[in-house]
Amino acid sequence: MILFNKLILSIFGCLFSFLVYCQEINISGIVKNDKNEVMPFVSVKVKNQNIDVLSDINGFYSLNAIDSSFLSLIFFYSGYVKQEIVVNNRNVIDVVLLPQFKELDQVIIIGYGEATSKELTGATGKVKGEDIEKLNVSRMDQALQGQVSGVSINTNSGSPGGSSNIRIRGLSTFGDNDPLILVDGVVYDSDGLNALNPSDIKSINVLKDATAGIYGVRAANGVIIVETKNGKLNSKPKVEYSGYYGMQETSKRLDLLNAQEYAIIKNEMFAMGGQSMPFNNTNLGVGTIWQDSVFKMAPVQSHNISLSGGTFSTKYSIGLGYFNQDGIVGGDKSNFSRYNARVNLSTDLSSKLKFNSVFLYSSDSRSTLPENGIGSVLYNTINAFPNEPIITPDGNYSYLDEVSDIINPIAQIQNQYNWSTANKFVGKEEFLYEFNDHFSFTNRVNYNYAIVNSKVFSPLVWYGDGKYANTALNAELESPLVEIADDVFLERGAAVYEDRSSFLDLTYESFLNYDRIFDSVHRFKGTLGVSVFQRKGESLNGTAFNIPNNSLDYADISANTAEGGFLNNVGSWEYKERLVSSFLRVEYSYSSKYMFSFILRRDGSSKFGENNRYGWFPTLSAAWIVSDEKFYNIKFIDYFKLRVSYGISGNDQIQNFAYRALLNGEGVYVFDDIITQGVAIGRPANPDLKWETTRQFNAGMDLTFWKKIDFTANYFIKNTFDLLFQPDVTAILGSYGPGGYPPIINAGDVSNKGIELELGYKTNAKKAFKVEFSTNFTKINNKVTGVPEGVDYLPGAAFSVGGDVATRFQQGYEIGYFFGYEMAGIFQTQEEIDASPVVQEGAQPGDIIFVDQNGDGIINFNDDSDKTNIGSPIPSFTIGASLNLKYKAFDLGGTLYSSVGQEIIRNYERQQPYANQLAYVIDRWTGPGSTNENPRLTTGPTNNNLFSSYFVEKGSFLRLRNVQFGFTLPNKLIKRLKMDSFRIYVSANNLVTLTKYRGFDPEISSPNALSAGVDYGFYPQARTFMGGVQIKF
Amino acid sequence: MKKYIKFPVLVVLAILISAGCKKFLAVDPPYTQDAENFFQTPEDYEKALTGAYDLLQASFISLWIGEIASDNSIAGGESVNDSQGLHQIDLMSQGGVNNELRNVLRWNYAGITRANYILEFKDNINFNGKDRIIAEARFLRAYYYFELVKFFGDLPLIIDKRIGIEEARTIPRSPKSEIYAQIEEDLIYASSILSTVASQKGRATKGAALSLLGKAYLYQNKYTEAAAAFDQVIAGGSYSLFADYTTLFAVSNEGNSETVFDIEYSGLEGGGYGCLVCLEGNAAPGFHGIRQYNGPIYGDGNSYNLPTQALYDAFSPIDPRRDATILDIDAFISAQANPESITYAIGAGGHTGYYNNKYIKRQGELGLPDNDLTSPVNYKVIRYADVLLMAAEAHYQNGNTSYAQQLINQIRSRAGIPGISLSSINDIYKERRYELSGEGHRFFDLVRTGQAATYIVGFQSGKNELFPIPQVEIDLTGGNWSQNPGY
Repeated sequence: MILFNKLILSIFGCLFSFLVYCQEINISGIVKNDKNEVMPFVSVKVKNQNIDVLSDINGFYSLNAIDSSFLSLIFFYSGYVKQEIVVNNRNVIDVVLLPQFKELDQVIIIGYGEATSKELTGATGKVKGEDIEKLNVSRMDQALQGQVSGVSINTNSGSPGGSSNIRIRGLSTFGDNDPLILVDGVVYDSDGLNALNPSDIKSINVLKDATAGIYGVRAANGVIIVETKNGKLNSKPKVEYSGYYGMQETSKRLDLLNAQEYAIIKNEMFAMGGQSMPFNNTNLGVGTIWQDSVFKMAPVQSHNISLSGGTFSTKYSIGLGYFNQDGIVGGDKSNFSRYNARVNLSTDLSSKLKFNSVFLYSSDSRSTLPENGIGSVLYNTINAFPNEPIITPDGNYSYLDEVSDIINPIAQIQNQYNWSTANKFVGKEEFLYEFNDHFSFTNRVNYNYAIVNSKVFSPLVWYGDGKYANTALNAELESPLVEIADDVFLERGAAVYEDRSSFLDLTYESFLNYDRIFDSVHRFKGTLGVSVFQRKGESLNGTAFNIPNNSLDYADISANTAEGGFLNNVGSWEYKERLVSSFLRVEYSYSSKYMFSFILRRDGSSKFGENNRYGWFPTLSAAWIVSDEKFYNIKFIDYFKLRVSYGISGNDQIQNFAYRALLNGEGVYVFDDIITQGVAIGRPANPDLKWETTRQFNAGMDLTFWKKIDFTANYFIKNTFDLLFQPDVTAILGSYGPGGYPPIINAGDVSNKGIELELGYKTNAKKAFKVEFSTNFTKINNKVTGVPEGVDYLPGAAFSVGGDVATRFQQGYEIGYFFGYEMAGIFQTQEEIDASPVVQEGAQPGDIIFVDQNGDGIINFNDDSDKTNIGSPIPSFTIGASLNLKYKAFDLGGTLYSSVGQEIIRNYERQQPYANQLAYVIDRWTGPGSTNENPRLTTGPTNNNLFSSYFVEKGSFLRLRNVQFGFTLPNKLIKRLKMDSFRIYVSANNLVTLTKYRGFDPEISSPNALSAGVDYGFYPQARTFMGGVQIKF
Repeated sequence: MKKYIKFPVLVVLAILISAGCKKFLAVDPPYTQDAENFFQTPEDYEKALTGAYDLLQASFISLWIGEIASDNSIAGGESVNDSQGLHQIDLMSQGGVNNELRNVLRWNYAGITRANYILEFKDNINFNGKDRIIAEARFLRAYYYFELVKFFGDLPLIIDKRIGIEEARTIPRSPKSEIYAQIEEDLIYASSILSTVASQKGRATKGAALSLLGKAYLYQNKYTEAAAAFDQVIAGGSYSLFADYTTLFAVSNEGNSETVFDIEYSGLEGGGYGCLVCLEGNAAPGFHGIRQYNGPIYGDGNSYNLPTQALYDAFSPIDPRRDATILDIDAFISAQANPESITYAIGAGGHTGYYNNKYIKRQGELGLPDNDLTSPVNYKVIRYADVLLMAAEAHYQNGNTSYAQQLINQIRSRAGIPGISLSSINDIYKERRYELSGEGHRFFDLVRTGQAATYIVGFQSGKNELFPIPQVEIDLTGGNWSQNPGY
């Protein structure tokens, strides 16, 4: 019947046209997309006629002998806007198809399934691969910073291969705050991200709220889902090369005293302390600028080549990558390099059965220097004396004799040999069976096998008399002697430590997806599945001494010459952990207007005791698209959606076997007058040990104004309970015998409340001048809401060498807030001290005035009663912004990141008479009225070095993370070169940082939440200038 | 249609996989001897038993408090703020915050937990000699519970298992009668298994178990049972009084015929003040030592636990036990060859002129540095003279006065003083003081015999018979325990 109708129509059509102009013509042309790439397999239809052809592999189509009058052609390709073109008697019609893409149809990966932005009920964020590539970073997490609201990325070190802290919606524990990171379904930890090549990434999806609960006991810190690149069906093979080369330098040098300033100030300090002045001649000039010798320009380069494409049933993407970065401190002594290989393959084995395979191989190696602590290279650089040369006239490195724990940083770099390499094989093999249009069944196996080798060579070195870092007996580099029995001595020479560790993760997952619409308004989606996970880690390590000739050439255990194995030793460890889970997600939407989702996950984990091995994690969420209502009439807001979610998730990142009692106590008694070793339980069992539980509420809205501006707002309350503590426990547990410890228990609560705002603007894609702007704002209030009974606070990092605890985890305060004396100025005169209503023992003119917090009239230096909250490492708010401009062949883009309101403890100054100091001490107190900011300097006893707000600085900063200027060759030229596109660019990272912070880098962080705001001489992030190309053909 | 059946089947299969995973999740730490899979060989039991003995070495704290709380001695030390808990106890002003009492609770429960750990796994394997190990473990448990019940009365009774933090909140204080019942049961068992001669010096014997059992009866005024237990010890004939009282406590005379149960110490391992419970040496002699002493025979120490004038005066001047028990420092110095060369200092924590001469640092008995903490001197917690005195008391209460008198005079005769005829039970109590002063018994004897209020300044009847439970310990178990009366 249909055929008959069409026949009649075509006959009529032909007749009608014949009446006017009836003529047969041939039409041909090439179909391309907006990126000027040819499009094969595009359907080309003649309107109102039953004629239908496909474009070939070169995008070419042809239609022969067609009536041309009133003729239209319809070009259609899935995912692109359908185009209808009136022929108008032309014989050649080339067409450009534009992608159908709209923000609302953007696909978000939500775990065991995907959803469009419009369908989402949770709070998520997404970063596209192209945006990541633009930033030219070595690790994927660095690309995330400032891109998604509520996600903060802080690097632990600017050294090549240094890891970052990824925090989704604040700190919720003093333990592990890292989110669950899944790359094509494979778990990566923060360290493991070194292995992932950012240019292999297609998209990063961040699940921020309780809807991450589909991952249950691992979801409390949020979930990051990374997809690697894949090919496209029906596309010819495409080769892409991208690469850049750059030079890095330190983004900052500290303003330190030069030799002359140093000599004058030290003389005054010693005189003030009643000691003789060390420098008879202060006319020393500039002296040694240690920073100039430590910081070096260092190269960075990256090269990636990929091949992708697809046939009608198979798509593929194959990539190779190379990255190499030297450090701005120590050059190749702090290097990171990586080789990557990747194969993504998807193929239809039958009309119902699909096979997806991902294989990622990486080999990275890293060498490191001591950093971020007392004894690190930068700590020594800051404190080294400017009056000493780097190398003395007799050819030795100078010893910096006066302070035993400051060593010559250049000598230190020379003597460091730390390497590690990681080889990683990651993959996914997935079968997807589609029973019918509604049901599909997925089975997959993921694996992640990592082999990590490391080696440390410790030669005999001599940094000067009494230096802590000496390994030799004297400057002649003789070996120290070790007494192994009465009067039996062995020489202990150069040592090498080697470690071979391997980690194998295996995951099996199986789930059913269901999707069906009833009566065209009721849509049901469902996911039901199981997941089984096992991780196994093992390690063998050894240390061997007496490496021949004290030489790196023999730095291997095999070369050791230590006698009889008295010195050498070995160690090993092994662990296993398992997770068994089942999960269910049911989604219902009515008319795509009202959406409801329910998630339930049950996790069984080997990390917990028998009493709490299994947990249930439910989440409920809903969304309402107000703008789809009939009554909706706000003109300038085209799209208006409200979302709400609430759910429970867990954090299982604790030590393995923490619930079990281990025999690491001390059980020793004297029998027959002989000290006899027995065994005893060290830490008792806690069979009730369980995960940290997070309950999260989120309310949000998504709006589009004038079809151009997208706006998203979220408000959340995230409460975490049952933090893992090791506090005092009742005596009846019996944990206070020799070598005994309290068990690890669940106690302590943390609350995070926050607001996230995102704003995006994009001009119409058709305009010649294109503007793309996005910004986001995050404000989080963090508060400790509970600590265990009998515990006042948990101590964090210490200030200075052997100093007081400076940071705390305490109820009513932010995690890691600073606790110390508050400075109220400087005592100017003795009269002022005498007249003060508060007695401050030992105070002299020029000393810091402390605030009497408890009002008892005395500054108590023996207890904490006059200490108070003097800062927090947690920012008041953070802002990220990016702007991309494009005009014809030129493009310009940049990203900004700003963090405001946090404080940093200046803890890289060695409080020793001879240690060099920052130049701010030039403005020290020198007499009445000289300053109210900086105390007098003295070598005598003083309380000025106690931890006070004097050592706390504002850490707010604004940083231009990346700026890039690119030029794309025009089409004509490209064609001549037989390419698809060619772009060159120049780019700079961390070009400008605006901050009042005096240290190297205000963007500091630490994996330990309680040391986050303590600066030990942080390895700064580099300022990098790069040039690169992107070629497609 | 067939394919539609397939997937429900798969789902069911999947759920079964997830449900049947109990075993899959029970992962043991590989190649690690953890507490749950430990008891595999007889040696494992021996090692765990050694661990249970370890806490005996913390008994120096009982010695201190047993003397300082009584009229025998004052706390002493560097200042009243040093070991504040001992000074409070000295003044009978102890309250809910007292670290020394908290240590008593913590250390003895640690001992109980280690004994219970063995008993929890007592049926894991069978081997020859397991009985002896179980018996020693039960002896130790009884010892630790007895220490605790003397200090605190009613207590949580935990038997043959370890407990978790949640369970700890559910365990109430059991009446002290139940604690004693458990002590008796453990000691009756131990005495039925243990041999009269220890396989190694330092291990509990049948005699030790019976003596401790008798003592536990005596503390409950069960005189018949007490007498029977002591009679068994005496009849066993394994013990006799050591001839020379004045050298009874010397390291060189350890393991003599009077030793019923010694806590063993060694001077061959160093230690620090940070962990007194970790020491292998006896902390008491160093703490008792003469402050900044520079002279012969004795070593310098911390001037703790100083005997009172009242104790010194209580002795008959002809009783040689006075000078063996109490060192009169000034008299001692002036008796030396060149007294002016001998110096010592007085601590701000108190000074009486007297020092505990039984447990004191002597030149020939020094341990490794810091030798204030590493004395090899054993603590004689049960010696035969004590057994005879307790037997005398039990028999006297049972009406067997003549036998009691005979036992008392054995003691006096060894000391080298004339016998007495018993006119009242007080004569036996007095004899206990002369014989056992400085050994940590006095306070508990005074409380047990109802004389504490008479002798101890500040002692409140109805309150100070027991020490307060540290408030923090009550809080840590959820506040379910009542405080002892009066505190």
